[in-house]
Amino acid sequence: MTSPAPASEIRIAADKLTKRFGDFIAVNAVSFEARAGEIIGFLGPNGAGKSTTIRILTGLLRPSGGKAIVAGFDVARSPERVREHIGYMSQKFSLYSDLSVMENLRFFGGVYGVKGARLEKRLKFAVGMAGLTDRTDALVADLSGGWKQRLALGCAVMHEPAILFLDEPTSGVDPASRRRFWDLIYSLAGEGVSVVITTHYMDEAEYCNRIALINAGKLVALGSPSELKRSAIHGEILLVEGDNPGAMLEALEGAPAVRDVAPFGSSLHIVVDDAARDRPAIEALLKQRELQWSRIEPIKPTLEDVFVQLVGGDRAKGAAAP
Amino acid sequence: MSEPAKPVIEVRNLTKRFGGAAAVQGLTLDCAKGEVFGFVGPDGAGKTTIMRLLAAVMTPDEGSIVIEGVDVVGAPELARSHISYMPQRFGLYEDLTVDENIEFFADLFGIERGMRDERAARLLGASGMTPFRKRRAGQLSGGMKQKLGLTCSLIHTPKVLLLDEPTAGVDPLSRRDFWRILYGLRAEGVAIVIATSYLDEAERCTRLGLLRQGRMAYCDTPEALKRLMPGEIIAISTQQAREAREIIASLEGVKGAILMGDSVHAVVDDAGRRSAELKAALDRAGVLVGDMERIAPSIEDLFVSLLTTEGKG
Repeated sequence: MTSPAPASEIRIAADKLTKRFGDFIAVNAVSFEARAGEIIGFLGPNGAGKSTTIRILTGLLRPSGGKAIVAGFDVARSPERVREHIGYMSQKFSLYSDLSVMENLRFFGGVYGVKGARLEKRLKFAVGMAGLTDRTDALVADLSGGWKQRLALGCAVMHEPAILFLDEPTSGVDPASRRRFWDLIYSLAGEGVSVVITTHYMDEAEYCNRIALINAGKLVALGSPSELKRSAIHGEILLVEGDNPGAMLEALEGAPAVRDVAPFGSSLHIVVDDAARDRPAIEALLKQRELQWSRIEPIKPTLEDVFVQLVGGDRAKGAAAP
Repeated sequence: MSEPAKPVIEVRNLTKRFGGAAAVQGLTLDCAKGEVFGFVGPDGAGKTTIMRLLAAVMTPDEGSIVIEGVDVVGAPELARSHISYMPQRFGLYEDLTVDENIEFFADLFGIERGMRDERAARLLGASGMTPFRKRRAGQLSGGMKQKLGLTCSLIHTPKVLLLDEPTAGVDPLSRRDFWRILYGLRAEGVAIVIATSYLDEAERCTRLGLLRQGRMAYCDTPEALKRLMPGEIIAISTQQAREAREIIASLEGVKGAILMGDSVHAVVDDAGRRSAELKAALDRAGVLVGDMERIAPSIEDLFVSLLTTEGKG
């Protein structure tokens, strides 16, 4: 892979990056840096601007304002040079179903201008990484989701990119394959590749070194998963477990001490200002409705709690209204 | 919710073969009112086939399904009146508006006008879709399409709701809206069966069936399943996660070490005994360690350890 870079090398520097479509601001003054070997997760609701940001960083879309240096090149001035140094994998995988594993890898190697001895070396690497050494002649159409995903990753790194952009790469892939995929991402990052990945799944976001939470085009939080869980949230979370979470949910929605409440399996997560102070009021409310609980206690917020509060403040209130 | 009522769904020895291969094999299951039963398993484990069999859109080779006392195989038409089925790709009409799609499905199910308006208003409100009633379905985001699909599936009042991967590509906020609606239905006594590959979603089910090659390998509540997890997990937070993983993986009593962003999850035989050993080994190697704590396994940890077999993709 890319020769191990010093850990301090900055691979992406976005400074007040902005994209307008008419009156609509899709990306609003987004600034962040990504270093060599770092895995950054882009999280946000559908339509928050994650994909637009990635399209600017990959040189596919010109920014309306601000600046981004990717792999040492300005995305607005030298998009072609940027693209030589990045790999991109979309949720659709973009493989040729009627071609074999090897034919796909050769095709993508060719697109990126990988030739001769280097091409043979990279083909061997990609096939080995994907675990497809015994199936190089198999048609892509015959591969399961997990294999296709690893092959698509192999295609995206044929030219040894310094930066890898992955747009929802694990949609529709089963958990065991997903974990195997993450092992590959970590080994690429270990060799110095910077990775930017978008996902809707919090268990996956936990794998990232840092998370950039994007809402309505703005970067609303940036930090490691544990930093975000520790300090990004206002208030505290009370967990309540009982036989009838549906009725509990109804009882608690819109109640005075309750900022927000959401179901989690047989339990509810209740956002309150102060767990110790507000707990008696919540217990009283449940008693009044004759609802039994088996457990009520303060818990650490999950990444989803953080996401929902930072991104969905207005929506959560709206949903609580009758 | 306390009296043990007759199950809404009774499945006995259900088998379906395609060519020579059994996609579903000897599946037996009871599902009660107000339950949310989740099927999880690798690609090709049989999740979608089970949903189609339950929905009476596919006939089994062996076994029986009874829903609300109706034999699904013998009387599929009657059974379907109790069932709402949302396949992975729900057939919305992209050139019709949100309201028009709902109208269409309400007509299809023969729902009275008064009732449909009230129900549609409630479902759209609960999913935050009210402002988009006049928008064409083709112009909705992925998450909104899924919510509209659910609204259309629920415009009649089913006894059984079948959802096949309902939230693929849906953002966490929309997913919460989705689950809010499901919990409302639970409270009304609807039995819900859901197939999912996302394990944070599986955690929300009342019971889970872990499928492997068409068979139900495990079936229990998420809490009980987690107790099957072989070993215990210690979460070690560190800035040098990669080095830490290397070191931890080589120690005695460690069954696995997984990188998780800014921490390492070590699966060990005995957390009480191994914590100090891990800390000492990391100290010796000069790896700075922040918090170290024993954590409960997630359904994903469990799934990976129970269902991964050697060399399987």
